[in-house]
Amino acid sequence: MGPPVRIGRFGLYAFLVGMALFFAVPLLVVISTSLKSLDEIRHFSIFVPPSSRDFAAWWKAWYAACTGLNCGGVHVGFWNSVRILIPSVTLSVLAGALNGYALSHWRVPGADLILLALLLGAFIPYQVILYPLVKITSTIGIYSSLPGIIAVHILFGLPVMTLLFRNFYAGLPDELFKAARVDGAGFWRIFVSVMLPLSVNILIVATILQTTGIWNDYLLGLIFAGRENQPMTVQLNAIATTSTGEIEYNVNMAAALLTALPPLLVYFASGRFFVRGITAGAIKG
Amino acid sequence: MRIRNLAAKTVLTPTVLVMLVCFYGCAIWTAYLSVTRSAMLPNYQFAGFGQYIRLFATARWNVAWTNMFLFGVLDIVGTLGLGVLLAVLIDRQVRFEGAFRTIFLYPLSISFIVTGLTWQWVLSPTIGIQNFVRELGWSDFVFDWIVRPDRAIYTLVFAGVWHQSGLIMAIVLAGLRGIDREIWRATRVEAIPSWRAYLSIVLPMLRPLLVTCVVLIAIAVVRSYDLVVAMTGGGPGYASDLPGKFVVDFAFERANIGQASAAAAVMLGSVLTVLAPYLYLELSRRDR
Repeated sequence: MGPPVRIGRFGLYAFLVGMALFFAVPLLVVISTSLKSLDEIRHFSIFVPPSSRDFAAWWKAWYAACTGLNCGGVHVGFWNSVRILIPSVTLSVLAGALNGYALSHWRVPGADLILLALLLGAFIPYQVILYPLVKITSTIGIYSSLPGIIAVHILFGLPVMTLLFRNFYAGLPDELFKAARVDGAGFWRIFVSVMLPLSVNILIVATILQTTGIWNDYLLGLIFAGRENQPMTVQLNAIATTSTGEIEYNVNMAAALLTALPPLLVYFASGRFFVRGITAGAIKG
Repeated sequence: MRIRNLAAKTVLTPTVLVMLVCFYGCAIWTAYLSVTRSAMLPNYQFAGFGQYIRLFATARWNVAWTNMFLFGVLDIVGTLGLGVLLAVLIDRQVRFEGAFRTIFLYPLSISFIVTGLTWQWVLSPTIGIQNFVRELGWSDFVFDWIVRPDRAIYTLVFAGVWHQSGLIMAIVLAGLRGIDREIWRATRVEAIPSWRAYLSIVLPMLRPLLVTCVVLIAIAVVRSYDLVVAMTGGGPGYASDLPGKFVVDFAFERANIGQASAAAAVMLGSVLTVLAPYLYLELSRRDR
């Protein structure tokens, strides 16, 4: 390797490290500010590392941060998000797996049309159908309630989840399915004993995709969850935009971190599964 | 008589019904509301295109509509440019590839609300970059785009690119790894420098994938809501408003169903304008 190549490699790494800083710095700023006292924030830039490690702002964000007159902290939103998340993810993944299975090996009339309808549905902006959905959910009495927001999350998860599983099941060899049919297994039996055991990876991918997606949702939670079930993102934004008195940046940033933590943990723990999910979800959905 | 594949049909029936009613039915519902005289309450009497005429005579809508294109073009160019560049550089067999990828992609896992608030703080003149540079000694340094009506929309681009270019990187990198090794061997035999090889051979081979990326970002732009809500709140005033926010505000805060529906229908039209030619090309390409 001659000198030009070495200079080229050096430039390559310098650029990559520079970009890594561009991506990392905003998060580092939020972490470091959340550890500062208000006094320190007043006197030093947010880009200066904290002089101490003070978790007071974290405590306050969790237990006592205010949205208007409510000073319960983000732990209220956290538990609301958990209550929304668990049934929404479970049911939408299950619905996607069943639909995807029914659309792959079973010959259903109009399957192509259903797939096209799902694909198009995945691209319809929420805003386009929001008002009619409010009308429908209030007619059946679930608007502004926990079942309401869960139903809406399942609804919006249907296209991507179904397409994800359908693509996976369609890739499995047809012989597998035929052999089970010859053995006399029916729709449910094949699903439970043949398909599900093969679906562990895709189930993980789907669960991660839905978990981060639903945890990070803001608009649907804002409209359909109702005041008692406000998810964490909605509460966080309300806290950060409440402007009475001095803005407690350390508390706001701690609240933002606490909200970002669950999906970040999922991301760091699951690595490739997350990447598979978002790329598959993005391209196929 | 036994129906063939009864179980499969039973499973799919609710899905099909729900899709028909909640996606297509509701979209038609909204489209119909946009040609009625609906105001605070829905009104189902057909009244022509008055809502659209009024919409495009509304200053705030015109700002939001123009912003969608401004933000959209810059966001697409920035996200695609950075995403492809990062993918190509990582494809050059760098060390610590995993670490770089992890850092470039993590913003995608967090909520747009967190992204928006974070960038709001970083760009805030009082505590963010401007304040930092002034403390370093350049005391009249000014970087206050986020509070300037004529600049706020551009600050959304920083956050948008930061949030999404990792996704483009991941998609393009997967594409690059799928390129036939023979092609690389051929470029080496011909002594083509690698930047040339990427620019004139490899990336053109990935064109369908890149088109997909553009479509994905474009549709995300049309839908965007959370980011602008958390970062600028559409402000100062309504200077950084976007159609996605306009619709929600008019439907739920201002209770103007007619205007919200007309704006929503324009959003749907925008998505279809991007999507229809793309899907047509994709599906005919797959049939071949």
